[in-house]
Amino acid sequence: MPPVISIQGLTKTYASGFAALKGVDLDIRRGEIFALLGPNGAGKTTLISIVCGIVTASSGTVSADGHDVVRDYRAARTKIGLVPQELTTDAFESVWATVSFSRGLFGKPRNDAFLEKLLRDLSLWDKRKSRILELSGGMKRRVMIAKALSHEPEILFLDEPTAGVDVELRRDMWNLVLGLRDRGVTIILTTHYIEEAEEMADRVGVISKGELIVVEEKSELMKKLGRKQLTLNLAEPLVAVPPELADWAVTLAADGNELRYAFDANAERTGVPSLLRRMTDLGIGFKDLHTSQSSLEDIFVGLVSQKKDAA
Amino acid sequence: MGFNRRGVWAIYRFELARFGRTFLTSLITPAITTSLYFIVFGAAIGSRMTEIGGVPYGAFIVPGLMLLSMLTESISNASFGIYMPKWSGTIYELLSAPLSPFETVLAYVGAAATKSVLIAMVILATAHLFIDIDIVHPFWMVALLLLFAITFCLFGFVIGIWAKSFEQLQVIPLLIVTPLTFLGGVFYSIDMLPGIWRTVTLFNPVVYLISGFRWSFYGTGDVAIELSLAMTFGFLALCLAAVWLIFRTGYKLKA
Ligand SMILES: Nc1ncnc2c1ncn2[C@@H]1O[C@H](COP(=O)(O)OP(=O)(O)OP(=O)(O)O)[C@@H](O)[C@H]1O
Ligand SMILES: [Mg+2]
Repeated sequence: MPPVISIQGLTKTYASGFAALKGVDLDIRRGEIFALLGPNGAGKTTLISIVCGIVTASSGTVSADGHDVVRDYRAARTKIGLVPQELTTDAFESVWATVSFSRGLFGKPRNDAFLEKLLRDLSLWDKRKSRILELSGGMKRRVMIAKALSHEPEILFLDEPTAGVDVELRRDMWNLVLGLRDRGVTIILTTHYIEEAEEMADRVGVISKGELIVVEEKSELMKKLGRKQLTLNLAEPLVAVPPELADWAVTLAADGNELRYAFDANAERTGVPSLLRRMTDLGIGFKDLHTSQSSLEDIFVGLVSQKKDAA
Repeated sequence: MGFNRRGVWAIYRFELARFGRTFLTSLITPAITTSLYFIVFGAAIGSRMTEIGGVPYGAFIVPGLMLLSMLTESISNASFGIYMPKWSGTIYELLSAPLSPFETVLAYVGAAATKSVLIAMVILATAHLFIDIDIVHPFWMVALLLLFAITFCLFGFVIGIWAKSFEQLQVIPLLIVTPLTFLGGVFYSIDMLPGIWRTVTLFNPVVYLISGFRWSFYGTGDVAIELSLAMTFGFLALCLAAVWLIFRTGYKLKA
């Protein structure tokens, strides 16, 4: 199946001379949830803005559902919905008016039943007559989502959807996203929160300083780069790491009650059996032990520093 | 979808709704100002100057009064309409919508021009309460009214895109267009000016607009109607070129 979004050789140099994107190639598969992960200023918003027609690319091409976003912008944009990073709304409009406006703007015929369902799904129905300036920040974000979905897009961009959002709204939002995915909508979201990508995405792309460092299935990424951590709950607390354990990069935690050892689960020798043997020899007892998968956060930090070392 | 008429309609309605929220003020204000002009000028000056070129003084000033309000209103409404989304950030939606530059301009300029024409009509109706007005070329009167409204709304649209602050939005209507209109023969015929001033005045483009508009009312103007039309179309062409350039280069709309 051809990709729903195809980005080739995309660069963007702003008028200030700053190169925000340095040659990005990326294909988004139809129906997937794709997380674009990167620190502040990595170029996430720039990338999204080019696809949506808000920023002009310096070079490269983008197509959405087979339509070039510049040459065939009308067909491309009809398919795309965008929830931008910033909360920007027409403060004096009512919720209903602003959502109807968005639907019309994208050329769709009036459909009050659809908009009613949309507002109900987003718990905005009771507020439909309120002016937007009377809403809380979380509700404004829901309004932005309703606007983006009002024209029934097949591709939805969510630029940092959970910034400044409470637990409940976050959960609602994820349910909504999963529901959309079930209906075949492709979702591309950006985030700083690794747990979010980990929890939601099918695939993850990591972007840093205008370059896509890696694009992987989430599970592959975790497996490939997954480092594990062994935690030992000591019988007696230690004041310092004994010099005999210097061969293993172990650290103490929890006031000396825990000994931690990070290792590569895929390596030929993990170093775990020998560490345990050495500890038995030294008479350091432990009550319990467990290992944990490192989070995307660890992976990400690792990737960025690898990239730096290579440079 | 060859033409996004629903998108154009959505913007047009949105803009008119924005006017609607200030509907009374925006229509009562020109009615009151016009009445004031008639009371002040009609009573104070009109008693000394009864006729200009065969037209009673009260009637003489009506076309100019209409333009005085309409030109500034056109510029400020159209510039505000496009400046607001730029300022608040909601422009993202406009830029990401399947809307061609032509459709965008049509919607914004169309809405602003509608309001300008309404205001001009209110002034005409108010003036009619004070004096009799017989319009010699009603077709041309309406045609010129529309032409001026569209031209100056386009001009306002360009200013709205160019402006970086609310202050800049006000500068051109207040500091350039209003003085030029006052000096462009709203209250007098430029034939009444002493020689040198008459020549200087001919460099004021608004003279041609007022003269042409007055011609449509009373059949006579300070300059030939062809010249008035040529000047109007020239300015319209300039504004269209500026708008074309804006969308061509993304100037101040897209990074
Ligand atoms: N209009 C602009 N002019 C000049 N530089 C810009 C402009 N917009 C963004 N930049 C720069 O481009 C870089 C990428 O910005 P972008 O907004 O794409 O980052 P981001 O990954 O979305 O960051 P964040 O996570 O903070 O939202 C930043 O260094 C930013 O300062
Ligand atoms: Mg961003």
